[in-house]
Amino acid sequence: MKQKYRKVLIIGSGAIKIGQAGEFDYSGSQAIKALKEEGISTILINPNIATIQTSEHLADKVYFLPVNSYFIEKIIEKERPDGILLGFGGQTALNTGIELARKGVLEEYGTEILGSPLEAILNTEDRELFKHKIKELDLRIPSSMTAHSETEVISSANSIGYPVMVRAAYALGGLGSGIAYNEAELRELSRKSFAFSEQVLIEEYLDGWKELEYEVVRDVYDNCIVVCSMENIDPMGIHTGESIVVAPVQTLTSAENFMLRAISIKVIRYLGIIGECNIQFALNPENGDYRIIEVNARLSRSSALASKATGYPLAFIATKLSLGYSLSSLKNSITKETSAFFEPALDYIIVKFPRWDLQKFNMINQEIGSEMKSVGEVMAIGRKFEEALQKAIRMLDIGANGLTDNDFTFENPRQEIRQASDKRIFAIAEGLKKGISIDEMNNLSKINKWFLYKLKNIIDIEEEIRKYSLENLPHELLLDAKRLGFADLTVAKLVGSDEISVRVARKSKNIVPVVKNIDTLAAEYPAQTNYLYTTYNGDENDISFSEKNQVMILGGGPYRIGSSVEFDWCCVTSAMRLRKNDYKVIMLNCNPETVSTDYDICNKLYFEEITFEKVLDIYELESPTGIIVSMGGQTPNSLALPLYNHGVHILGTSPEDIDRAEDRHKFSNLLDELKIDQPEWKELTSIEEAEMFAQTVGFPVLVRPSYVLSGAAMSIILSRDELKFYLEKASSVSKKHPAVISKFITEAKEIEIDAVAKKGKLVCYAISEHIENAGVHSGDATLVLPPQRTYLETMRRIKTITKNIASELHINGPFNIQFIAKENDVKVIECNLRTSRSFPFVSKIFRLNFIELATDVIMQHEVPVIDRSAFDLDYVGVKSSEFSFTRLKGSDPILGVEMRSTGEVACIGDDFNEAFMKSLISTGFKLPVETILLSTGPIDKKAEFLEYSFILHKRGMRFYATSGTADFMRKYGIETEILNWPLDMKEPNILTYLSDGKIDLVINIPKNIEREELDNDYLIRRKSVDLGIPLITNMQLAKRFVEAISRLDIQDLKIKSWDEYK
Amino acid sequence: MEKAKLVLEDGSEFTGIPFGTRKAVSGEVVFNTGMTGYPESLTDPSYKGQILAMTYPLIGNYGIFQEQREDNLLVNFESDSIQVNALVLSDLSRNFSHCQSVISLEEWMKQHGIPGLYNVDTRSLTKKLRENGTMPGKIVFEDLDTEIEDPNKTDLVSSVSIRKPVLFRKNGSKKIVIIDCGVKNSIIRAFLKRDISVLLCPHDHDFLNEQIDGVVISNGPGDPEMCKRTIENVKKAMEKCLPILGICLGSQILGLASGAETYKLKYGHRSHNQPCAESGTKRCYITSQNHGYAVDSNTLKEDWREWFYNMNDGSNEGIIHISKPFFGTQFHPEASPGPDDTEFVFDMFTRALK
Repeated sequence: MKQKYRKVLIIGSGAIKIGQAGEFDYSGSQAIKALKEEGISTILINPNIATIQTSEHLADKVYFLPVNSYFIEKIIEKERPDGILLGFGGQTALNTGIELARKGVLEEYGTEILGSPLEAILNTEDRELFKHKIKELDLRIPSSMTAHSETEVISSANSIGYPVMVRAAYALGGLGSGIAYNEAELRELSRKSFAFSEQVLIEEYLDGWKELEYEVVRDVYDNCIVVCSMENIDPMGIHTGESIVVAPVQTLTSAENFMLRAISIKVIRYLGIIGECNIQFALNPENGDYRIIEVNARLSRSSALASKATGYPLAFIATKLSLGYSLSSLKNSITKETSAFFEPALDYIIVKFPRWDLQKFNMINQEIGSEMKSVGEVMAIGRKFEEALQKAIRMLDIGANGLTDNDFTFENPRQEIRQASDKRIFAIAEGLKKGISIDEMNNLSKINKWFLYKLKNIIDIEEEIRKYSLENLPHELLLDAKRLGFADLTVAKLVGSDEISVRVARKSKNIVPVVKNIDTLAAEYPAQTNYLYTTYNGDENDISFSEKNQVMILGGGPYRIGSSVEFDWCCVTSAMRLRKNDYKVIMLNCNPETVSTDYDICNKLYFEEITFEKVLDIYELESPTGIIVSMGGQTPNSLALPLYNHGVHILGTSPEDIDRAEDRHKFSNLLDELKIDQPEWKELTSIEEAEMFAQTVGFPVLVRPSYVLSGAAMSIILSRDELKFYLEKASSVSKKHPAVISKFITEAKEIEIDAVAKKGKLVCYAISEHIENAGVHSGDATLVLPPQRTYLETMRRIKTITKNIASELHINGPFNIQFIAKENDVKVIECNLRTSRSFPFVSKIFRLNFIELATDVIMQHEVPVIDRSAFDLDYVGVKSSEFSFTRLKGSDPILGVEMRSTGEVACIGDDFNEAFMKSLISTGFKLPVETILLSTGPIDKKAEFLEYSFILHKRGMRFYATSGTADFMRKYGIETEILNWPLDMKEPNILTYLSDGKIDLVINIPKNIEREELDNDYLIRRKSVDLGIPLITNMQLAKRFVEAISRLDIQDLKIKSWDEYK
Repeated sequence: MEKAKLVLEDGSEFTGIPFGTRKAVSGEVVFNTGMTGYPESLTDPSYKGQILAMTYPLIGNYGIFQEQREDNLLVNFESDSIQVNALVLSDLSRNFSHCQSVISLEEWMKQHGIPGLYNVDTRSLTKKLRENGTMPGKIVFEDLDTEIEDPNKTDLVSSVSIRKPVLFRKNGSKKIVIIDCGVKNSIIRAFLKRDISVLLCPHDHDFLNEQIDGVVISNGPGDPEMCKRTIENVKKAMEKCLPILGICLGSQILGLASGAETYKLKYGHRSHNQPCAESGTKRCYITSQNHGYAVDSNTLKEDWREWFYNMNDGSNEGIIHISKPFFGTQFHPEASPGPDDTEFVFDMFTRALK
């Protein structure tokens, strides 16, 4: 086809946050590939530096700039693209696109929207227009009313009848929504919703209705297909991102299913969608009545899931359709056998399970509902629901080996079931065990009985297995257990044995999984796909295992706090490097949001659990050269030693050496031997011992479990009382690994090094400094590369220590070491013999691909010795964290040793201030700042910040503060308006000023004393976050911010693409 | 737990757990890739004489609805009884959930005397049939065996066709005859819904003396070449220039009557996702299908055109006369189970009625 477009701009989704995660890296990457194939020049704007779509080999030009209309307009002005894709960067991209179109920017520069036209987008996004359109079709939507004031909200609810659903218009992933059962609840909800939108919707609440989704594709010739149907196990009322979901639909009759399919097509045709969209339905289980809930005229989390669930490359095809292709003229690039005009037939079931990390937050509500809180998801494939569900539970990596094999306990399962929490499915299992009937369970949870019967099957067989020992366990029973998705480890616990013995026993009985292909057409035609899963519900392997020269990479599993898209970038980059060097790559991962699970990344993709049992199963079938565990983060890294002990060839650094770095005792001894300093520490066996240690070294101390992922359950302890409280909590967090206590060094800098070593010799390295002092988790801290405020001597010492450690541990691959430095005193606090979160950042800023080098090292290829130093960079990169506090109702938005950020961005500037400013704007900071609410804590902190207050004062900043800070400021001649604390309940009150939009920025440095003030500060912080007002809670960050805004205006931020920084 | 086996003509065996009626049966083993709609499929007369394997593993989820009649036709079913000789599954849901359902799939099969087998690797069975073609087979128990017979050699159509003509709805705006070669209830309903009286006739019935506005040749089981009488009658209807619509087997019969030839597909089309393109246009449709034979497009006579073709294997999916109101679709415009993208075919035919 002759191409009409020459240059197309793709808008990315920015940092990973709740409601907008890795799925848009997948969809954007596919879009870029589809455009490139047509010879169209591609420009991408996305500050999410850890994504695959921002890699060198994809878009022709990448802008690491904030995704907002200001920056995009500047890019359009500079680049003059003739087309723009709005549907591949989530709600952020779509909203920004609408804004650009409304401002006339697109028209001015002749930039056409590709795919669904603006009118179609508006018809789906504006609730009133949408309602109107659906009514024109004579189809049903929930009775709803739009309100623009609280009074209107109340009167609407009265006419619809309680309970009602409240939603903010134009908000991503159900932000600012909820269910109100009475007027009081409604008033509170409506206030929150108005904070996000001028328009609030009041809707009929469809309690207990089934929730279904259909993914629809349409071309310009009006050909339509429905690629996938999905059913939420959790019915209406729980956000689909919070629901356990199956595909295809399970409890609908053919007539119901095809009725919804027909409606989907009717709606999508009428709205004029071109490309891909998602339509959600509610279906009344009592009478088959339906409601259309919403249409998303863009790629979405669900479409990513549908794509991975069916094997249909939705994002790729949607891009081609937006260029004017017909569905029938496009090949299905997975099967290469069929055209893109077909509807996949599945011969398996998939279960999507959300991953939550709620326990990492203070003061948060554990309940789940109409707002999204989950940070990631997994997808499991099986040929029984039970099999897929139990796989999914293990994939979550939350310490559960199955529905019943976990440490979760419920005091009152009925309560946990009625009011859904992140552990509801486990509460249901416990309830069923305790004899709650299916009927009652259905009543409590509204979950369809079919699912509940299946859960009961798992409970029943567990009871049966318990009657036996491994020796007398009947063959049939063991086979049935495996068919229902039981892990060897779970069977072992039930029969009083161990995992390996069960494995040996089942293999001797020839109970082994078979490998099945996902071919999109249920084996009807031969299809050459590389997309695989394992199952015990089958007798025959779909593939033969004769391939030579294979390397297996273990992926990172679900995105979660502490392990996200950055590890996927590492896996994908490594896979591509291996393939370039003629290896055949086997990828193992279970996260449908990833690029690593795309069909074109590896030679074979196993959509499977990253567990000891499953990795070994696949390893034994495939006999690869070896396994790379160092790319996917801590989950695969933890498997290194057990796999190695079982005869698996681990590529890269030896698992014994990995263990020497992971095991605190071994690592500490090693540092002592190398005469490398470390904070004093001790392993904790009793409270008395802990107290004694703390008294010897002095408070504060840091307490944490030994195997650490993003500082789970870590805490800085200031006093004896706190210590006692913490230890009681810690014991329930991790029984397997004891906690350790160490001296916490205050006012110290934190610095990290990302490096690659070959046979113990440093190949390349990058040193980054944190803006925040030690005490803020490295995953939350703002990283600067090259360091701006670190002494040369400190850097030299760090390099020397790194060389020594690399040599001692015979490191052969990627690694990361974290240091704290005070003056030039350098101590090592952590060492990971794997890639770290910052590998994509340093690789892209340095323009030196650490992962390619690491992969070559691992495969024993020659690598050049690189001595690229920080001085070689004529620019600065700054990486900032994205927090999803807005989504996590009630959580206290402060930084600490527990990681809380869900994503990150990084920007480049000619100097630190420019890069820093760009990266802050990318995480939602708004300029200009003309008014600041200051609360800087105790007097020494106030004094510390005074210099910066003067700077702001000189620039004409207007200050607000409570009396303490205000008095202090006034004493130094800085005009400050006094506001009352929230709890004073007196005007002028801080909360009112925040609500009224009178404050542009809140600087609130938390202090650790005085209960009452903590509550007041909490309210201020929470309110700021709820209202989307930029908030800074860290002193160092506040200082740097003041310096930056005093030197730069938004116009000073240069519109330069990545390749313009040399 | 008791085991039973599916044995194919070529000797290959698939072991599973029996359910439904304990009975050894033989039949042509075919597979269907539809993901829902087992009550409709099992009662579809086109499956007469066949052992049906479902590629979707989880079957029985929503049970079986209460029997209910409208216009004397069972609602939610395609005929009055289960037509398949046996059902082969991967995972059977013994427990079901749907507000309208009254019994389980298993119970229903027992009532109709139909055996089933589950815990079978239906994907591996499908691959076998795909590679070697559909073939006869049997379900046998340790103590119950039977001979393998090829049902396509028997007159399947006469075993599913009604014995005497039946009139549905007396005073419709138009009246058609549907030649019952194994008609699905949904086809009759498609016309009743359009206020057309339907005279349902036995497959070999001479309907030419009836007062009718058009002729529909229904779907049905087996080889179209076995339907000699029907072909002759259709030829006569063509001479009278009556509007004719053939569906599935009916389209093959129409093809044979027009002078074209038919052939047996290696493993047929049985699914809800067959992509069909309308020849000469950019329009395509997702269709529901269930057939083992097809018209050979290359043998179409002068005045006939290929109307639709299958986008997967290029086989014929519809034929149309260039000037007269004769047309047939290999797919099922009535869907049930399946997508209703092509329901417009009924509207086309209705408009063609004089």
